[in-house]
Amino acid sequence: MHPILAHPGRLLPYLAACTPLIAILTALFARPGGLFLGEAIALAVPLTFAYAFMGLSAWYPCRQFPLNRSRALPLVLAHAAAAGLLSAMWVVFAALLAGTLGLLPVFTGLQARFGTQAIALFAAGVLLYLLAAALNYVLVALEAAAEAERREAELAVLAREAELAALKAQIRPHFLFNSLNSISALATTDPPRARQMCVRLGDFLRRSLALGEKTSISVGEELELSRAYLAVEELRFGSRLEVEEELDERGQTCLVPPLLLQPLVENAVRHGIATRVEGGIVRLGVACGAGRLRILIENPYDPESPPRPGSGRGLVNVRQRLTARYGEEALFAAKRLADRYLVVISVPVEMPA
Amino acid sequence: MSGGAEKGGAGVAGVLIVDDEEPARSILREHLEGLPGVRVVGECANGFDALKSAVELSPQIVFLDIEMPKLDGFEVLELLDPAIAPVFVTAYDEYAVRAFEVHAVDYVLKPFDPSRIALAVGRARERIARGPAMRAGELHAAARPGGAFLARVVVRDGSRVHIIPVERLDAIEAQDDYVGLKSGGKTYLKPQTLSSLAEALDPGRFVRVHRSHLVRLDAIARLEALAGGSHVAILADGTRVPVSREGYTRLKDLLC
Repeated sequence: MHPILAHPGRLLPYLAACTPLIAILTALFARPGGLFLGEAIALAVPLTFAYAFMGLSAWYPCRQFPLNRSRALPLVLAHAAAAGLLSAMWVVFAALLAGTLGLLPVFTGLQARFGTQAIALFAAGVLLYLLAAALNYVLVALEAAAEAERREAELAVLAREAELAALKAQIRPHFLFNSLNSISALATTDPPRARQMCVRLGDFLRRSLALGEKTSISVGEELELSRAYLAVEELRFGSRLEVEEELDERGQTCLVPPLLLQPLVENAVRHGIATRVEGGIVRLGVACGAGRLRILIENPYDPESPPRPGSGRGLVNVRQRLTARYGEEALFAAKRLADRYLVVISVPVEMPA
Repeated sequence: MSGGAEKGGAGVAGVLIVDDEEPARSILREHLEGLPGVRVVGECANGFDALKSAVELSPQIVFLDIEMPKLDGFEVLELLDPAIAPVFVTAYDEYAVRAFEVHAVDYVLKPFDPSRIALAVGRARERIARGPAMRAGELHAAARPGGAFLARVVVRDGSRVHIIPVERLDAIEAQDDYVGLKSGGKTYLKPQTLSSLAEALDPGRFVRVHRSHLVRLDAIARLEALAGGSHVAILADGTRVPVSREGYTRLKDLLC
């Protein structure tokens, strides 16, 4: 629907702004050799308001053919056709009106006299159409700007929600309770390891909590958090869990949203290593080149083990946060191969100032 | 320790511990060995080993972790001798815990509280005396996290365990206290009710075409009308499955 008609509050000011047209039309009709003044006014008033509404229909060709994205020829043709059609309709309406008014004794002979005005009226209609098109292009632009603003606000809300969800999901109760149980077990069988586990768990929790207020951290810091997590899991899974890192120096200084890697590493353990009797290796790769930062996380999984609930949400969350931050510049791919799971992230390089 | 077995003649109960984490097994063993009348007969780190050990070591009680490689705790329970009393072990899993409460299956939470473990052993002994009561398939169906449907069905065939992914499960037929699972031209019998299995399968993929028949939609090759208004579904492998009047309506709703 047209933005002026969609908001009743806008209609009256719009019609008020159209009233000068009454004077212009009256002057046009009443020029020497034309109509009497009374006839001119009687025609100008209804014709003005009729055009006020007809002109709004320019909205559709304007929206269909945006100035910045349309080829010149179709744009000109569309508007020429619309101008011709609208003006012709206006002239026909005026002729009918003149015929009707001519039936009144006061306006006898109006119909015949109007015949001389038709061409001038048509020309006025075409000029008015250009004005209407200009007005509608302004409205289209305003509407697009409002829409862009709304989308941006929406994205900002989405980004914040995703951050919050990531922080909440960060410390999964499952992980915490299992770790406490391991500490409880080690307390009798291997007290030094129990203490070590307390230290590592404390380290991990402290790092997680410190991330709450940040919007960006370096890949290096993110790796530290993942290592703190893996250090706890190593005590739990023993020799089943191994980690291999292939990192490039520059890549580690790049900035990323916090908690990008850690949920993926956690998935690699929970849905990968933990499903295999013999365990396996989680591979972490970070590389930087050609303006892009690439992160790779790879883990084996057992296709014959029962699927575990809860992997989808972590992936969706990471994907959302990447989109919120980098838009279409972010690339995120999660691939389930025959016995390996692969996550690849590629984003534009962002260096600390 | 004094006190002995509370119930006369209860004897020593053999306990099998099944958990894929070594520290979790060791602390459970430590707590269990401190209890009177309990002997830990073995430890297993995955579901397959648990089934094998359950036969070889004939425990009376099994402490079962839920998330494990190969077979999860619910699948193990479905395949286990129902005379063995299960106690589930879990860190945090709201769906499973709710299912345990509904089906009156005992469970202990990590980190372990020794007195809670003692209580679980006591209850397990009472259950052994009463005989099996709980149906593992129904428990498994009830423990699904919200909205998730079974991805596979496990069934025991003598000493062999078959894992049937739902995309290879063609049809299911109720046979007294069993369901017959048809997959790849073979039929596997499993002690479970058709309703409880139907509830755990995706209703968009499996249709109850008859009071005692469930069919996977994609497995149907064609439908044939019979005299008297009923139909028969012919599967890709030639199996004929009766379709009742209500079943036909349901099928049509899904296909159209």
